[in-house]
Amino acid sequence: MMTDPGTAAPTSGSGAPRLKFQNVSMVFPDGTHALDDVSFNVAPGEFVTVVGPSGCGKSTLLRIASGLTPHTSGVCEVDRGSIGYVFQDATLLPWRTVQRNVELNAELHGMPKAERQAKATDAIKLVNLVGHEKKFPKQLSGGMKMRTSLARSLVLNPKVFLFDEPFGALDEITREFLNDELIRLFQHEQFAGLFITHSISEAVFLSTRVLVMSARPGRIIGDYQVPFGADRPHDLRFDPAFAELCGRISNDLKDAH
Amino acid sequence: MAMTTQHVPSFEAALTDDGEDPVRTIERTGKSRNPLRNFVPPFLMFLVFLGIWYAYSGLRYDIAAQRINALPFPHEVIRDGFLPLWDENNGLRPALGYLWVTLIGTLTGLGVSIVLGVMIAVVMNLSKSAERAIFPYAVVAQTVPILAILPLLTQVFGEKFMVRLVVIVLIAIFPVITNTLFGLQSADRLHHDLFTLNKASRWTRLWKLELPGAVPALMTGVRIASGGAVIGAVVADFFFTRGEKGIGFFIRVKQQRASERPEMFMGTILASMFGVVMFLVIGYITNRAIRNWHDSARDRT
Repeated sequence: MMTDPGTAAPTSGSGAPRLKFQNVSMVFPDGTHALDDVSFNVAPGEFVTVVGPSGCGKSTLLRIASGLTPHTSGVCEVDRGSIGYVFQDATLLPWRTVQRNVELNAELHGMPKAERQAKATDAIKLVNLVGHEKKFPKQLSGGMKMRTSLARSLVLNPKVFLFDEPFGALDEITREFLNDELIRLFQHEQFAGLFITHSISEAVFLSTRVLVMSARPGRIIGDYQVPFGADRPHDLRFDPAFAELCGRISNDLKDAH
Repeated sequence: MAMTTQHVPSFEAALTDDGEDPVRTIERTGKSRNPLRNFVPPFLMFLVFLGIWYAYSGLRYDIAAQRINALPFPHEVIRDGFLPLWDENNGLRPALGYLWVTLIGTLTGLGVSIVLGVMIAVVMNLSKSAERAIFPYAVVAQTVPILAILPLLTQVFGEKFMVRLVVIVLIAIFPVITNTLFGLQSADRLHHDLFTLNKASRWTRLWKLELPGAVPALMTGVRIASGGAVIGAVVADFFFTRGEKGIGFFIRVKQQRASERPEMFMGTILASMFGVVMFLVIGYITNRAIRNWHDSARDRT
């Protein structure tokens, strides 16, 4: 390992966890055992990524955290007052322009019009979509749709940000570009992030901590603090230490099946 | 930023910085470049149709050796039916008066069908039991032979405007209900999740997610219903003798004397054209309403 452990300390630990899983298990009514005894915390300024084979219950984990799906046992504590959720799909309303889509979450929360418009304008700046406000989703590329979706969540300044494989459907170039932007947003907003992906390099690049999940029923079988600082330059991906960590996670995943 | 395509407008190129071609650049070009291509096939079909009409009329003419039961020739329909353009008693002008009544009836009926149909679809969408309770009767309204219940309707609604309206709505409401319901129910599951996460009320969900998303399907329903509404209006004219009379009445009366048969044809053509115009106008409105976001809406010429 090239990285000095002294500088490796992630920016975690600033305050009590905003997201807490304690021995959480999930069995669906049809008997599918999706999660088995999952425990971890995410504190403000921490960005935790869960990698695992497809169908391992990663998405279920996120749906439990968001409250969309009730879990069957264990304790899950999340500050759901201000949650950001980015879906696998951009889930934009096709009849709304970029501006109006970005306003949507705030609008549903009853934020007054002038305030949400101002906040949406800021969020659009933050995700580099200035000039596209009046376009409809149909006119946007996949990457632009995803940024609109990000901006929509940013308007509410979420303290907890959940990402369900948001860049999985994008090409690699776009994905890396959006990863860089997400790092920037994370530094700017200091939310508690929980990110689901099946891309190991994406997991290592974005996170302060990577959890490896086994095939169903999903259990945590690996737990890595990512030893890189808050700044994640684009070419960190070519650092030997980066490759080494990816390799270890990859080995874990080989055993996951 | 490696934008290689020349077709990308500079505005787009300047702002699209994640290296993807925006879908926008795939402009719909070609195909309808040559306007002749669009008009020649239907025009040829029209000539074929005219030919058959002439041939058949000629046949009837020869056999009968008199014009009593004969089918008037197309040029006779134009000369005796349409051409007395602005005569008080003959030709186009009186027919247009009847058509106006049909227009009012059809539009009123269609309007009632849309309002009522959407309301019923919304109720059915809110509750599964309501859907189960209402659906069989919506089907009955559609499948019952309308002529078979006209006497019954007369007993209940009289013979004037009200009963005509009921006939039109009975025919037109079913496609509105079913298409709107389909539209309401096809809201994306992830969109529903999004609304759940933002603690949206049932009402908000309806107004901001389900109803806007149902507009294309609703408009498809209205387009189908418009044809039915015209049929309903004309059928009512054939049956009900009181109240203001529409183009159906005109057609029925002009059928009775052979000398007036060209006018009957004129009325038939007017009624058909009216149906087509309704269809086109609704298509145009739909296209205008959803062209920004829905794939079905194309910039047609």
